[in-house]
Amino acid sequence: MKAVLVIGLLLMLTGFYGLMTRRNMIKMVLSVAITEVGLQMVMITAGFIRGGTAPILTEDITELASFVDPVPQALVLTAIVIGVAVNALMLAFIIRMYGKRGSLDVRDYTDSKW
Amino acid sequence: MIITALIILMGVTMVVSAVFALHTKNLLMAVIAVGILSLFSSIIYLIMQAPDVAMTEAAIGAGLSTVIFLYALRRTTDRDVDDD
Amino acid sequence: MIKRALIFLVLAFFAWQFLLMVTGWEGLSGLGEIARHYMEKGREELGAANIVTAIVVTYRGLDTLGEVSVLFLAAAGIGFLLGAGRLSRKQDGGNAGGLENEKTRRKASEILETGSDIVVPAIAVFGVYIFVNGHLSPGGGFQGGAVIASAIVLLFLSHPFYSLNHGVLKVTESLSGTVYVGLGLLGLILAGGFLDARFLPVGEFGRILSAGAIPVIYSLIGLKVGAELVGILEQMRRPS
Repeated sequence: MKAVLVIGLLLMLTGFYGLMTRRNMIKMVLSVAITEVGLQMVMITAGFIRGGTAPILTEDITELASFVDPVPQALVLTAIVIGVAVNALMLAFIIRMYGKRGSLDVRDYTDSKW
Repeated sequence: MIITALIILMGVTMVVSAVFALHTKNLLMAVIAVGILSLFSSIIYLIMQAPDVAMTEAAIGAGLSTVIFLYALRRTTDRDVDDD
Repeated sequence: MIKRALIFLVLAFFAWQFLLMVTGWEGLSGLGEIARHYMEKGREELGAANIVTAIVVTYRGLDTLGEVSVLFLAAAGIGFLLGAGRLSRKQDGGNAGGLENEKTRRKASEILETGSDIVVPAIAVFGVYIFVNGHLSPGGGFQGGAVIASAIVLLFLSHPFYSLNHGVLKVTESLSGTVYVGLGLLGLILAGGFLDARFLPVGEFGRILSAGAIPVIYSLIGLKVGAELVGILEQMRRPS
């Protein structure tokens, strides 16, 4: 499953690139969202075991080696929900800033720049 | 084998839509591209034997997150600014 | 120009690090010690079929409590930033913006309204099904809460003039949060530790009333997450 790892890392790189080059604040939040997806895919890959099945037990449990690692999955579950909440908070800040100046360009907000 | 081909196909689509989202001048299309990326990533989680994560990503990442971005676009503007 | 070179350098550094990760990656060959413990003991101790649920609710319950707190803080911050009467006066000069918005918002079509009236309750019931069955099948509080919130999104889209009862939302959220922490404390008193679900009987494996207090706790999490996400959406939706 090296392919998934490569995809996740490529998405993270794309997100970093967008975060550093874009000047539109909504696109910056989108870059953070892209980075999050990439990071989550890397974490899921870290818990994958070749030939494993989903960590859901049945009545006739045979051998534990045939399951994938459930711990990274639980962590990613947490990360997704928090990620969306934080993105929404960033968007709320952007809406307030747009209400003040009427611009999405991050270069227009130099008040606290040093 | 066919699964690997599917994953690679979806991965290429995801990376392309991520780059497209960062370069398009229309913010509405950028948001939709990121929604597509999230949806494909949820399919990949399903292939990677993580059904819980796949459900969360499909419901929250692809569904609600896109709606929140769209509401934010409605309250601001969907015109892009010039990058340097 | 210097900026561009700097950006390129940073990206190249990350790409190099990632390349090292990819070439050195061999994948997991077996379960780690902790994962093995959870898989082996999860069934005897908690009686949960879905091990991810057992980890999220009990073994790493404190993480989940922290996560729900982060979600609550984010929702509170959004409510503070976009709260009523904060934006419209200043930027549009009087109530002109409000009037314009009333004009551009129009009633949804008959088909959309009728269709959503039929579908919304079904989606909400599906959300409840997901978090009640969280200990048996994939799914749980977060997914179920998100499904309920998406039902409310459909309601928002098909009824543009519908305004949510904030009292119900507030009561649901705070009540489920309080009971969640209360159950955690009950676990501290009656069982092994904070958020230990074993103070209720483990019951028969695979039944809906089994796995101790896990279904109860996950249902409360589902209600709380659903209420918080609906609150965030309601704040974002309100026309400025």
